[in-house]
Amino acid sequence: MNDHDQNGIPYTTPRQSATFTQDVNSDIRRAAATGIYDIRGGGAKRRVPHFDDLLFMGASISRYPLEGYREKCETKVTLGTRFAKNPIELDIPITIAGMSFGALSGPAKEALGRGANAAGTSTTTGDGGMTPEERGHSSKLVYQYLPSRYGMNPDDLRKADAIEIVVGQGAKPGGGGMLLGQKISDRVAEMRNLPKGIDQRSACRHPDWTGPDDLEIKILELREITDWKVPIYVKIAGARPYFDTTLAIKAGADVVVLDGMQGGTAATQDVFIEHVGQPTLACIRPAVRALQDLGMHREVQLIVSGGIRSGADVAKAMALGADAVAIGTAALIALGDNDPKWEAEYNKLGTTAGAYDDWHEGRDPAGITTQDPELMARFDPIEGGRRLKNYLKVMTLEAQTIARACGKNHMHNLEPEDLVALTMESAAMAQVPLAGTDWYPGKPNTSY
Amino acid sequence: MQIFDLEKQGLRALNEQLHAQSTDTNQTSWEVINAKGSHSIAVGLDAPIAVTVKGSTGYYCGGMNKQATINVHGSVGPGAGENMMSGTIIVDGDASQYAGATGHGGLLVVKGNASSRCGISMKGIDIVVHGNIGHMSAFMAQSGNLVVLGDAGDALGDSCYEAHLFVRGKVKSLGADCEQKEMRAEHIAILKDLLERADANAKPEEFTRYGSARNLYNFDVDNAAAY
Repeated sequence: MNDHDQNGIPYTTPRQSATFTQDVNSDIRRAAATGIYDIRGGGAKRRVPHFDDLLFMGASISRYPLEGYREKCETKVTLGTRFAKNPIELDIPITIAGMSFGALSGPAKEALGRGANAAGTSTTTGDGGMTPEERGHSSKLVYQYLPSRYGMNPDDLRKADAIEIVVGQGAKPGGGGMLLGQKISDRVAEMRNLPKGIDQRSACRHPDWTGPDDLEIKILELREITDWKVPIYVKIAGARPYFDTTLAIKAGADVVVLDGMQGGTAATQDVFIEHVGQPTLACIRPAVRALQDLGMHREVQLIVSGGIRSGADVAKAMALGADAVAIGTAALIALGDNDPKWEAEYNKLGTTAGAYDDWHEGRDPAGITTQDPELMARFDPIEGGRRLKNYLKVMTLEAQTIARACGKNHMHNLEPEDLVALTMESAAMAQVPLAGTDWYPGKPNTSY
Repeated sequence: MQIFDLEKQGLRALNEQLHAQSTDTNQTSWEVINAKGSHSIAVGLDAPIAVTVKGSTGYYCGGMNKQATINVHGSVGPGAGENMMSGTIIVDGDASQYAGATGHGGLLVVKGNASSRCGISMKGIDIVVHGNIGHMSAFMAQSGNLVVLGDAGDALGDSCYEAHLFVRGKVKSLGADCEQKEMRAEHIAILKDLLERADANAKPEEFTRYGSARNLYNFDVDNAAAY
């Protein structure tokens, strides 16, 4: 490229716009070419304050640590102690979030069950109902009760170890789901009672209740149908976490599942994923405050999801007050989703490993988010289960390492006082001091 | 006949006893007295028993019913027969919102009127309403039959899939992608059977059939204004 014109006058350096970036421009060109918004899977990709912006301080003279590998650091968690006859007891505080058969292949669901079983935790169904394989491979299975009620039936409800009433999802608070026609196999169509090959829209709100007073009555109905045996979770998106948690508790939830905007979805509009909802980090303290204000912290358990990737994230979420976490996207990556070994095929789809998110198109080279028999055959559920088990074990060991370093003999003993924040934003959201100070924005009795 | 006083014995005991009935139970006839608008009466049943409820009920009466026949001698609150799988529910009075919501099977008969969103997301259930139905009924209705002897409110069958909607009276307006359909012999046969089973005094030929125009089955930006 020439740096000057024919008269020797220097060109100015070509400058890309910070507003009209190449990404933005490609979105505009795509919209202009197709006339339809971009649909994709996954959660928010934009940078938002997250657990990486927090650090544990560790032990010192004022607090003494526990010996790694020698002194116990308990990880068990019991969910649903408020009303259920049979609460769920997990060996680790990491659960598998709801993902549907339909969005995922049968073998992928099987692998989630195998991995979770081996690690001593639960899996969760999704839109579309419960498959026998999923029930068979998951010793602890949470049955999602969704607005669409696809595949919903009382027999499966009674087979579940817990029921999760899905009010919202972090990727799309206020939005419904979408399973495009190309992923509707005969079996998926039959389970959802819809014709093959048509787009299946999942409603954004429940068909037979609206508002918190109705929710209380709906929870009563589900308890009556299941004879008060199993815990009832209420899953909310990171929209208004203080009020939504308060209302879920008031309605009678045993467990609140709180999903921030980094939480994934099988498919929805990109504009929804990136522009609606709050970061996970911003949601936890308001939800915990709601629990505390009602005297229900630890009596109603809080599960946090949306961007949990490592034992450090688990420990940070729990230090902020969560009883457990849930993983979805991370579990799929553990199974082999977006693995660089499929790079050539990702390239053919116009993407690259790590960025592939067109799960709704059913062409997943890894054979996980597809119903295509040939692609599905690439995925080994036994190997996938083993990988998930390994990953869950590593996360647990990492979280225990941090907890011991903070002098805690149970993960639940982690507390906000163990944390500092690296940025003003994360300090304000997590309500822990900015590193090197004893202050965070909005701290009570401070003027700013 | 087993008489159950709901006021004295409580909801939990009622559903517990009804759930304890197996397919070959000899306690096949139950009467619930003092219903007094209680929620979740006779929910989650799964036995060929007959339950008569004396008085009106609250939300979700007969919710997720299988096999049982439930007669309500009164009116029902929201969500009566929601997600029912089989069996029969007969309501002598009126039904509030969402009657038969997401029902997969069985027959729900409302001898009075049904409010808005009757048959919302229905997935195979048959619903017969002797009176009128409210707005947004059969919204996203997937399959099954909704029969209305009276009139239908606004936006009937909005975004419906393959459910059959039969209305004898006037339809205030049709919802997105819902249209009047041809009444063929098989539809007459369906109607005749349902009218008989619902003890409804009407002739199939008096009804008009509505259903999906199937224009919105796969997203097309040219149809965006329809949503």
